[in-house]
Amino acid sequence: MERPDRREFLKRAGAAGAALGGAALLGITRWDRGDPSPTGPRGERISRDYRVDDTPPADAADFVVAKDDPDPASLVRKALLAMGGMRRFIARGDIVVVKPNIGWDRTPLQAANTNPAVVGEVVRLAIDAGAKRVLVTDASCNEPSRCFTRSGIWKAAYDAGAEVTLPAPHLFRAMRLKGELLDEWPVLATLVEADKLINVPIAKHHNLSRYTGAMKNWYGSLGGRRNRLHQKIDLSIADLATFLQPTLTVIDATRVLLRNGPQGGNIDDAADRHTVIASIDQVAADARACALIGQDPSAVPYLAMGESRGLGTVRWDRLRHREV
Amino acid sequence: MALLAQIGKRLRGELRARLFPKRAGSGLPARPVIRALVWARRAVQTGSLLLFLWLLVRTSFGGTFQGDVERVRVGLPVEGFLMADPFVAAMTLLSTRTVYRGLLWSIGILALTLVFGRVFCGWICPFGTIHHVTAWLFPSRYGKGGKRVEANKTHPVRQRVKYYLLYASLAAAVAGSAIGGMLDPICISVRAIGLSVLPAIQYVTRAAGAGAAEVSSPALLSATDSAQGALAAALHQNKPFYYHHAWLIGVLLVAVVFMNRIIPRFWCRVLCPLGAFLGTFARFSLVGMEKDHAKCTDCNLCLVHCQGADSPQGGVKWRQDECHMCFNCESACPEDVIKFRFFPSRKGVTTVPDTGRRTAIASAAAGAALIPAARIADVVDTNYNPLVIRPPGAVEEKEFLERCIRCAECMKVCPNNALHPAFFEAGVEGLWTPVLIPRIGYCEPSCVLCGEVCPTGAIQKITEEQKLGIGQKPISIGTAAFDQGRCLPWAMATPCVVCEEFCPTSPKAIWVEEVSVEKRDSTPAPDGAEPARRHLTVQRPHVDPSLCIGCGACEKVCPVQDKPAVYVTSIGETRSKTNVILLDGQDYNKGS
Repeated sequence: MERPDRREFLKRAGAAGAALGGAALLGITRWDRGDPSPTGPRGERISRDYRVDDTPPADAADFVVAKDDPDPASLVRKALLAMGGMRRFIARGDIVVVKPNIGWDRTPLQAANTNPAVVGEVVRLAIDAGAKRVLVTDASCNEPSRCFTRSGIWKAAYDAGAEVTLPAPHLFRAMRLKGELLDEWPVLATLVEADKLINVPIAKHHNLSRYTGAMKNWYGSLGGRRNRLHQKIDLSIADLATFLQPTLTVIDATRVLLRNGPQGGNIDDAADRHTVIASIDQVAADARACALIGQDPSAVPYLAMGESRGLGTVRWDRLRHREV
Repeated sequence: MALLAQIGKRLRGELRARLFPKRAGSGLPARPVIRALVWARRAVQTGSLLLFLWLLVRTSFGGTFQGDVERVRVGLPVEGFLMADPFVAAMTLLSTRTVYRGLLWSIGILALTLVFGRVFCGWICPFGTIHHVTAWLFPSRYGKGGKRVEANKTHPVRQRVKYYLLYASLAAAVAGSAIGGMLDPICISVRAIGLSVLPAIQYVTRAAGAGAAEVSSPALLSATDSAQGALAAALHQNKPFYYHHAWLIGVLLVAVVFMNRIIPRFWCRVLCPLGAFLGTFARFSLVGMEKDHAKCTDCNLCLVHCQGADSPQGGVKWRQDECHMCFNCESACPEDVIKFRFFPSRKGVTTVPDTGRRTAIASAAAGAALIPAARIADVVDTNYNPLVIRPPGAVEEKEFLERCIRCAECMKVCPNNALHPAFFEAGVEGLWTPVLIPRIGYCEPSCVLCGEVCPTGAIQKITEEQKLGIGQKPISIGTAAFDQGRCLPWAMATPCVVCEEFCPTSPKAIWVEEVSVEKRDSTPAPDGAEPARRHLTVQRPHVDPSLCIGCGACEKVCPVQDKPAVYVTSIGETRSKTNVILLDGQDYNKGS
């Protein structure tokens, strides 16, 4: 029997050695020693403040109630004019995100989503003020394409020149909110990757929190299993309003939902109010709109929480206010 | 330079050899009309497969800003291939004695078969084209060279199987079940591609996107975001879709496609009941083949390219019922043996399927016997599985089984991923029929798309008014019930009522009762005594079964994640007269 020569011996021994070395190297570099892993989420806790720090024109108000006009778009125009115009809030070249409430598969008459004409007019004003891009998005409760279509907001925003982004799972990224209750949650990235953020909610009854408008509208920025938030609804709303402080809040109260909120379903549950509230203070806007749908602001705990956290004031009449 | 010129010359030579191959034997060229027909066939096959896939991908509602706010529809005949399927039409004709709406189009395919033979199989069928391509691209050593000639010879025993499956399916239809739809190639294509291939692509895309998100590069992230957005718009949807036990459907697809490596077009030759159905009508076909046996040199080139294994070679009878009319044989024949023409001589041709009469009768009997055998078990009426929640607009269970061909169009179109292929929940006979699993997705109240795309009327084309109950009683698919031992306000003194928030009916079927409950603190009192107790007010949810439509939104959103505290079962479904709770609205004196 012929034995392998020295060259062959070295080759075979070398190959076996290299395979062993490679395996050992891989094993050692990827070795999990089973040490207790660092618990909890990593990264900085963040909040997003989009408010503008300006010296407004002398005659400009910070809180405007526009009313008694059947045309929603005209109400929005009047309110913003009284605030010193959209240019006060939007700089040339800004990326602006408009966040309506597009939560439900309901038509405008049922008043469960923001009125499309209000959304469209806000978009138009932002573009006229020089915004580079205006995005409209929301994380809906019902099936999103249906909500965006049947609310009429898709068409209204598109016609006004906005980009409409439907919530897709890959657009949610885990973020650490600066919250008492909420720590790490998936947040709709489109919403926070903006220069300016305009909150355009609708004023509605809510069976658990009594009233929903501006602050509660930030539920629509979250992904994940947000159905758990109801267990501490006031605290979670206050946390979200601390996380996202918008440039401007425009509450649509042209037609409001008085019962069976937040979803409604029956047009008899809704009533016309022909009002739009614009404010730089989200707590003040909510306090005023809350009274408008017949609820007592002092019975809505998250408003007081917002005030004590310094997010704003429920005493809207202490702001430079005006009615038009 | 010289090298480039040389390569160019080689390439040109290669191209010429490919385009104008030197023909074997006498080298007689095929008739121009035949060469044109072969290319026309390839074009039609490609177009038909692409059309099928496009319609399948469009079987969804992606939203639109031009759309009518009140009525959401797919707006395309996405179930077109199924409507043109004569096997589906024949089964449902036998089971219901009617031809449902668009199924009348199947007369067109039948007419085509009566003139040209099984052109559907060779030219149009998307599933056939998939097999054609895989058998051509990936033959194993059993499908190459001389072995391919053997593999393409008629194998009478094997090729009879499809006729037996056809007879069994039709007999089962007479006995009251469209179960044969499980074997229909169009149904298989929709079901397998829609429920397993597309979700698999979506899964891979999402996994790749998640991997890219790990790398902290804003440019990469925005690129993968746009790629995912574009793919979602073109192929699938934003929402990730998963289907209950779709793995089985995927494995069966892979298995039947893999068989092409061993027996080319295994599915078409051996199993396809639609091919068999068309094969029984091919005997009347006006176009057929004539062979000049004397001229044949047994070069077997026709066999190398044969799709149907229908004996095109000289010396044997041509099997008209097996031929896919692909014209490859005449195109390949270098000796002027094979000629396709109108009104050919029928000498030396077998036009009828060669199935043994006894086996044919036995297989039909087996198909007919299957249905009573399946129904003496606990389905349909007694001991009905409460989890079998049928889509809105579904007809009563017995008629539903007469109509449902398991094509999965409804599951593909469902925007909330609520409809799933049943395993054995609906009985042996109910395999792959649609059931609603609310925990995965609820029935969107204003949506009527499943009925829109159902080709056989198992799910009726209802309107929004009927479904939502505008001016009439709404359509209910089941009723919700609370598990009070798991519900937060009921058992754990914790506020919740997400179910009530999502309940879409007006007035809401879920209503809340405000109660003051005692709650014990979680930490002991400072002196180590029993933890303190306090009173708080919670809203406890209740269901009003007369208002509940069984949509399952409450079950979907219940925060008790693993086993929800509110769940829907089929009780109270509008379509059934027996699966009921409440007495009101049921006037038995009127008759049905």
